[in-house]
Amino acid sequence: MKNYLNETRGLSSWIFTLDHKRIGIMYLCIILFFFLVGGVFGLLVRLELLRPNNWLMSSQTYNEMFTLHGVIMIFLFVIPIIPSALGNFFVPLLIGARDVAFPRLNLFSVWLFGAGVLVVIASFSHPIDTGWTFYTPYSARTAAAVTILVGGIFLMGMSTILTALNFIVTIHRLRAPGMTWFRLPLFIWGIYATSIINIIATPVVGMTFILLVAERIFGIGFFDPAKGGDPLLFQHFFWFYSHPAVYVMILPAMGIISEIIPVFSRKPIFGYKAIAYSSLAIAFSGFLVWGHHMFVAGMSNAADIFFSFFTFSVAVPTGIKVFNWIATMYKGSIHLDTPMIYALTFIFSFIIGGLTGPFLGALATDVPLHDTYFVVAHFHYTMMGGTVMGLFAGLHYWYPKMTGKMLNEKTAKVAWALVFVGFFVTFFNMFILGMRGMPRRWATYPPRFQTEHIISTVGSWILAAGIVIMFYNFIRCLKKGEKAPPNPWGGRTLEWQVPSPPPTENFSEIPVITDWPYSYPKREE
Amino acid sequence: MNNVPMAFGAASHVATEVDNVFIFILVITAFFFVTTQGALIYFVIKYRHRKGQPDMATSSVITNRFLEGIWIGVPSLAVAAIFFYGYTVWENMRTVPKNAEEINVTARQWLYQFQYPDGRKSINEVRVPVGQAVKFNLTSADVLHGFYLPAFRIKQDAVPGRYTYVWLRAANPGSYDIFCTQYCGVGHSQMRAKLIVMPRAQYQQWYRQETASAEKVLPLADEGKAVVQRLGCLACHSTDGSVKVGPTWKNLYGSRVLLESGKTVTADDNYIRTKILDPAATTVKGFPKVMPTFKGIIKNNEITAVIAYIKSLK
Repeated sequence: MKNYLNETRGLSSWIFTLDHKRIGIMYLCIILFFFLVGGVFGLLVRLELLRPNNWLMSSQTYNEMFTLHGVIMIFLFVIPIIPSALGNFFVPLLIGARDVAFPRLNLFSVWLFGAGVLVVIASFSHPIDTGWTFYTPYSARTAAAVTILVGGIFLMGMSTILTALNFIVTIHRLRAPGMTWFRLPLFIWGIYATSIINIIATPVVGMTFILLVAERIFGIGFFDPAKGGDPLLFQHFFWFYSHPAVYVMILPAMGIISEIIPVFSRKPIFGYKAIAYSSLAIAFSGFLVWGHHMFVAGMSNAADIFFSFFTFSVAVPTGIKVFNWIATMYKGSIHLDTPMIYALTFIFSFIIGGLTGPFLGALATDVPLHDTYFVVAHFHYTMMGGTVMGLFAGLHYWYPKMTGKMLNEKTAKVAWALVFVGFFVTFFNMFILGMRGMPRRWATYPPRFQTEHIISTVGSWILAAGIVIMFYNFIRCLKKGEKAPPNPWGGRTLEWQVPSPPPTENFSEIPVITDWPYSYPKREE
Repeated sequence: MNNVPMAFGAASHVATEVDNVFIFILVITAFFFVTTQGALIYFVIKYRHRKGQPDMATSSVITNRFLEGIWIGVPSLAVAAIFFYGYTVWENMRTVPKNAEEINVTARQWLYQFQYPDGRKSINEVRVPVGQAVKFNLTSADVLHGFYLPAFRIKQDAVPGRYTYVWLRAANPGSYDIFCTQYCGVGHSQMRAKLIVMPRAQYQQWYRQETASAEKVLPLADEGKAVVQRLGCLACHSTDGSVKVGPTWKNLYGSRVLLESGKTVTADDNYIRTKILDPAATTVKGFPKVMPTFKGIIKNNEITAVIAYIKSLK
């Protein structure tokens, strides 16, 4: 049977494709490759920290390793993966459209992204050593290839903006007849909120990078106090983008969880509207809290108080989502297939990531914990425990739809067990390290911190083993996997109503929607 | 002392207060942790699908106003309490006691230089007496640096071109770590210093000996006096309260100054620094806009000395 994978053949049929699904797959392959690269840098960082001294690499090399780990994971993986890869593949399918609104623009976006990736790789000739935050004045002075690297990220940022624009227009204009806003699957709400953030915030980081490059090349002095500039201005600009960007990273993953929990509980989602509105609330209030990255940076006391107050306003809509997911499972019929297990892992670790937030949002406790391993642990619990677990849930959930093959369930569960244990062993005791005063981004450290570092490093090996097995399963089942039925999980959203893999234009006839996608019938007792 | 989690080993009263906030948040978050994770795990076990059972849920409730009201309301109250408690203690952390001794700190790649009121300097080691409030005025000579005393639960970035501060009052004698927490290049993790807290009498004896044996350094305020004489500042500014072309410096430091723009600002370190480098930005109401900039004429350490001199004019 003809589907989007075998309709046409050859490399050029992919490079010049206008099919949103092929474009999604291209993003997925590029980005997952960089997830592995960034992971290797992370493992090297952990390996160096096995001992208090520079036993494996020089401090300079260590600084480059942790910077590359951060830059790759943030800009080449966590930010783009769910919107660009899974979003491209599933947004049109979930709303009952044949493609996105602007297929050519979509193709241009993936090219821009590819070009950005090439430029970033070019910067590895003089590996960057600034940390992924590029704080001035250091980033304006270092000999590393900052200009090239931020140029690459700039291109990717343009790709992100165009993709966001495409999604917003698609969601507004191409919904199937009868697909009202409150019949949209919640993944779409997540992508919609994310796209709004991307359109508002990404241009700011682009401009910030232009200023940084102007500073480096022409020595203009926006951020140089000797010329009347202000180094903190850079931090304000940077976090004005990069704080909303953490919601770009988490909202689509929350969307995936909102799809998976009802499907595997065979029960309608609890509090649909609250979940949808809370996505928008998070997107909005995410713009008012960037200063909580700067409580000890030298801002005015009044600014510190303002930002601390608004930071707590993000906690409430985030909590609503968690409570609603848990309530969805009440009296459900819970099927513990791998996608559901990852979704539960998301909730479990995201609760820890979320509940460690107030320690950093409260002024008194943020002062000692800021820039220590407590922060490293907190954001790995939200980003790795949250977004990445959500991504893994989504990949296992939609793998049959994307490839037409089922994954090996046993292998997937072994991989999950290792990922889960490895993740907790690696990151949990980083909270303790931070409470004991271990600063982040240190290549060497006093020997009294060594025990925790050894535990973390061993944990990183377990985590890596899990991820290797997971990817082995992904690759092996492309050929060896059982053939997937159209709807292996009993989902009610539209992608499960078409064959696996879907045909090139998704729907031979555009469906007419009469109900929301979560109407699971009730079992009488 | 430094070898235990944050809830223990506090080296000052403020540190204990911070730990109390930490414990307060821990108790609240523990409540939410137990209820949410408990429900999650309980539901998974209780409602998991068993073989032979129909593949359907036994409820189709999709909303419950009362429940949703509770989990909007209760967390809102909890975070409001956390914000408020965190803010109150932090207010103490930022409010320097009136009688605080001052020590100037210049961070640079990759060391800390401390300067005592008598003008003496030391590298990577600073001494303070027990029970005395000490304010550290921080600045940086190059890139951003951190100034973190884990045992005192205080931290502040040192920023080039401006002054920031932390203060502490040590409860016990001992040796405490100072760490750089703001990434600053290849030597970042080696940028560590020591705070040595001494019994008061011992400290005073040490301080007198050091002052006597130090070679030809002027106390900081005296150095500032020499600078203002050399640069001709006293042509327009008096030190005795009389009004000349510009405002007097007597009792200036820490006072509220009304600007021509209508804004009122506190005459602190950063105000004086800006005034010297960019005077037009902050003309004082009732005075002519005639002060020239001293940018390129005065050095950074001289600005610090002038500030110390103005502080001394009470």
